[in-house]
Amino acid sequence: MNYEPNEQGYWGEYGGRFVPETLVAPLDELTTGYLAIRDDPDFQAEFHDLLINYVGRPSPLYFAKRLTETLGGAKIYLKREDLNHTGAHKINNCIGQILLARRMGKKRIIAETGAGQHGVATATVCALFGLECVVYMGTEDMRRQELNVFRMRLLGAEVRGVDSGSRTLKDAINEALRDWVTNVDTTYYLLGSALGPHPYPLMVRDFQSVIGREAREQILEKEERLPDVLVACVGGGSNSIGLFHPFLNDNVRMIGVEAGGRSSELGEHAARFMDGGSVGVLQGTKSYLLQNDDGQIALTHSVSAGLDYASIGPEHAFLHDADRVEYVSCSDTEALAGFKTLSETEGIIPALESSHAVAHAIKIAPDLGKDSIMIVNLSGRGDKDINTIMEIGSN
Amino acid sequence: MSNIAKTFNELRSSGRKGFIPFVTAGDPDLPTSLSIILKLAELGADVIELGVPFSDPMADGPTIQRSSQRSLEGGTTLQDVLDLAKNFRSRSTVPLVLFSYLNPVLRFGVERFGQEVQKAGIDGVLFTDVIEDEAAALSKSFAEYEIDLISLIAPTTTDERLGTICATARGFIYAVSRAGVTGAQASTSDAAEALVDRSRKFTDLPIAVGFGISTSEQISDVWRYADAAIVGSAIVAAIEKQPQNAVAAVDSFVRTLLPPFANGGLET
Repeated sequence: MNYEPNEQGYWGEYGGRFVPETLVAPLDELTTGYLAIRDDPDFQAEFHDLLINYVGRPSPLYFAKRLTETLGGAKIYLKREDLNHTGAHKINNCIGQILLARRMGKKRIIAETGAGQHGVATATVCALFGLECVVYMGTEDMRRQELNVFRMRLLGAEVRGVDSGSRTLKDAINEALRDWVTNVDTTYYLLGSALGPHPYPLMVRDFQSVIGREAREQILEKEERLPDVLVACVGGGSNSIGLFHPFLNDNVRMIGVEAGGRSSELGEHAARFMDGGSVGVLQGTKSYLLQNDDGQIALTHSVSAGLDYASIGPEHAFLHDADRVEYVSCSDTEALAGFKTLSETEGIIPALESSHAVAHAIKIAPDLGKDSIMIVNLSGRGDKDINTIMEIGSN
Repeated sequence: MSNIAKTFNELRSSGRKGFIPFVTAGDPDLPTSLSIILKLAELGADVIELGVPFSDPMADGPTIQRSSQRSLEGGTTLQDVLDLAKNFRSRSTVPLVLFSYLNPVLRFGVERFGQEVQKAGIDGVLFTDVIEDEAAALSKSFAEYEIDLISLIAPTTTDERLGTICATARGFIYAVSRAGVTGAQASTSDAAEALVDRSRKFTDLPIAVGFGISTSEQISDVWRYADAAIVGSAIVAAIEKQPQNAVAAVDSFVRTLLPPFANGGLET
């Protein structure tokens, strides 16, 4: 089956471009620029050189022996995106987009960030190429990801707090879009997830697909067969689509794990495919989103800032409707338990986002046969979450 | 002929230019909103733009963002806005254009929205986040209900796109004066005049200029080259400053815009 969007950036009925008219020309310019480098060997060589020598790829596919033995079921492999430079998968996309921005002659880079990982990765590539960098971040996220705010500033980026709405990722994206629409001539918007208007969902997925391509090669080398199950957390959906995409035409089961938050009540979670989620348009794209009966976007909650978002990338909406990927959710409590288990059994402290994937793996692995193979995307490391964990522990 | 077209024809034949104020429905509350738009009609507004509040107004600056938020905190729904319009229509013939983001309308149902808009006597609808490429389906169902889907153009719009947009545009064309979000600015950019000039090659429809216009000088300037001037954030800011006394605040602010009206502009 073909999982490419059409020329307007639609996967089935999802995607497209729902933006102010001012942004059409810059999005066209971006699309043209991206399609020109997509299959350009020079660009790809430069991209891969940086992935190897700067990011430290390929990231290991690590067999989690003690976790596997503890659970007594499927063999669990961890795709170690947490070992990338800057500590998460976000850097893959940033390397790709910064090279594109340079080719397009843009000198000023803006980005949004939730957990701060995309902000840090953007600040990093801007430092690498000596470009001006402004990162928008909700003030609630600045509070809970203080360490990343400090890292961004160390890297020379300006972090602008956003005080509207729930003061999280969604509000940061609104503000970044407002900046872009105002400074279109000079500015490149380096969007961090597989969302937003076309071509972002396509471009981000392409750059992140290095995760799945490597994992596929690595598992074939280690096990001489494809895995049975892939598990990844889904906020906007870039780490998961990056892992899933190269396996879409294989007989591999895929599970995306959304943030179940505190409860299934609207406003208390960020699981777009749960009750309360329905099709709509937000921030440039048509997809599933959390909204009230009057079409106002709902507030969301998750213990992990990176999953705390009301919508989901359009390709995920398509894969959901096509029944190609299963979407489930894990609660804050389950994610925290996953965080603890992985830390104690493997000596790996996962990001709270990735802990959702770990938690689901822990839930299902015992029921899968010992011969089955599971790959869990460990999209980031948990250093940034230590403050949150300490706060929760002391309450 | 639509109510909007009729209004602009009358303006043209009498050699006048138009004044189009914008307010957010439900700010500070729905009854006051009704009084405000009736006041605007009384002051000589040629078309009134009524904003549907949205939780995530990405094309708006802080003034209209806050106004949307106040309205939503007061519980305003899309149905309330339609009812407000209907109330207005029973007392005034001034054309009304709803100004909305797409999502509340998708949730309401496009067909149902079309019917309700027609029933309420609303003349046009403008979506901030629906570009020409995505508008075809909407445009079709709105034409059925004799509603003008108002198109936006911007300084970044290429000539090729201007051609396509103008070919299907109805009512009037909303020219965004500059790259940016809504909000008052000290001066209007040259970009607006250049944009209007470029568009004239593609359409005979009236062109209204909005974004950043807040003084009588700016209105006079826009009137030199365009058919109407749109004032939004500055009026919304007047409401914000005196929510308890919003109608009077709007009245006295809009009167500061009046001098150009006297110069062959609006007669009230």
